[in-house]
Amino acid sequence: MGGFDAAAAVGRALGRSSFADLLAHAAPEALPRAAASGPGGEAAPHGTTIVCATFDGGVAIAGDRRATWASQIVQNDIEKVFPTDAHSAVGVAGTAGVALDLVRLFQVELEHYEKIEGVPLSFEGKANRLGGLIRAQLDGALRGLGVLPVLVGWDGAEGRIVSYDIVGGRYDETGFYAVGSGAPFARGSLKKLHRPGLDAAGAVTALLQSLVDAADDDSATAGPDAVRRLYPLVCTVDAAGVRRWTDAEVEALAERVLAARRERPDGPGAPLL
Amino acid sequence: MTIPFYVPPEQQMKDRADFARQGIARGRSVVVLRYRDGVCFAAENHSTTLHKISEIYDRIGFAAVGRYNEFEALRVAGIQQADLRGYTYARSDVTARALVNAYAQVMGAAFASADKPFEVELVVAEVGAPGASDRIYRITYDGSVFDEPDYAVMGGVTEPVEERLALGFTPDADVQGAVRLAANALRATAAADAPLEVALLDRTRPGRTFVRLAPARVAALLEGWAR
Repeated sequence: MGGFDAAAAVGRALGRSSFADLLAHAAPEALPRAAASGPGGEAAPHGTTIVCATFDGGVAIAGDRRATWASQIVQNDIEKVFPTDAHSAVGVAGTAGVALDLVRLFQVELEHYEKIEGVPLSFEGKANRLGGLIRAQLDGALRGLGVLPVLVGWDGAEGRIVSYDIVGGRYDETGFYAVGSGAPFARGSLKKLHRPGLDAAGAVTALLQSLVDAADDDSATAGPDAVRRLYPLVCTVDAAGVRRWTDAEVEALAERVLAARRERPDGPGAPLL
Repeated sequence: MTIPFYVPPEQQMKDRADFARQGIARGRSVVVLRYRDGVCFAAENHSTTLHKISEIYDRIGFAAVGRYNEFEALRVAGIQQADLRGYTYARSDVTARALVNAYAQVMGAAFASADKPFEVELVVAEVGAPGASDRIYRITYDGSVFDEPDYAVMGGVTEPVEERLALGFTPDADVQGAVRLAANALRATAAADAPLEVALLDRTRPGRTFVRLAPARVAALLEGWAR
């Protein structure tokens, strides 16, 4: 770790506000980065499905709790959804080791900017910064150790969803989005269930339904685990800020979804026309 | 060839100390005091964007008087050191003591050998975890460190401010009591309607304990209090 004077000098030279740039100079070995050479692909555990959806006055994000390594389940209770500052949250799919470090770096990046500048970064600024951090570890991504985050947040007027590709490209999503191995199934489910005018509880219900549908068809995605009482992680962001739902809240909603599935295992039916 | 005048080292140090002291005394006072739930910072400040009080880390706050460009550079360096430590080790490994030592080194070295000493005085305060004690460290222009038990006053003319603090201080004061005492102390030298910059390290908040009080909140806390 760089000393005090070195840090100060580096900070002055760099316009001072970016923690990632500071870290790249003071302690580059601490940057989240897959090794420069070595195995790729299924070499490390993967986190799986993240879903998110907007509602009236905010946005909700949820993630299942499974991490896989090839065809094995390596963790039942991994956390892949994180509040990143007072008005944003990130969910990550992809190589778990790199993804979790990337989120930690992004959290410090936002806090660092806020402390030095005295004001938080704008939502656009946060979205662009996250893109930059992903781009910085493109090497790993090209060998199959990529990270696919999704950023949700409150931009002062509405809830927003921003998705990324492995080269750091960012895309604004409207309504809902899903990423990870179960995403195709979750997205199909959200297509039928998400609609404008939902409230927070409605949007979260749709997200839980979509995770159950994804778990139905994708072996790497976990549904609500009533035996271990492990449920998806849920965060909502609105004008008041980000809030991580308590286990009890998610459990209550998940139990209702599961109870309805006992009546109709494929989930709620949608009208044909 | 010119031969430089001989200046005895005692005289050199004294000149430097006088120079720094005068610079610091030109500014306005800042007070830092303990209260029931943590540490309260208050300063007379006519700017709402150029702060004298700042967040450093989860449990650590910073206050400064003197030259703005100098204490701003020290503040940023402090945040950088804290964030680097917290990221490479763990959030709980970031301590005020490490930061104070770094500041003392930099300021002491500048006092002894740089072109000019820092014309600033700093406070680094830390709220302890429940059960642990709070700390208020004051660092002067020459790198000396003082571990203040209850409160610290820096900048401007400190004696009358300190007198009022000593008279009214109680460690069990609530937020309102602490802010009122701070305002009362500052007004020993400031105008009664001078704008105040107030911030707290509030141990009852989870995670980041630093909170800046909006002018409206400060006004509400001072309302109905005539002094």
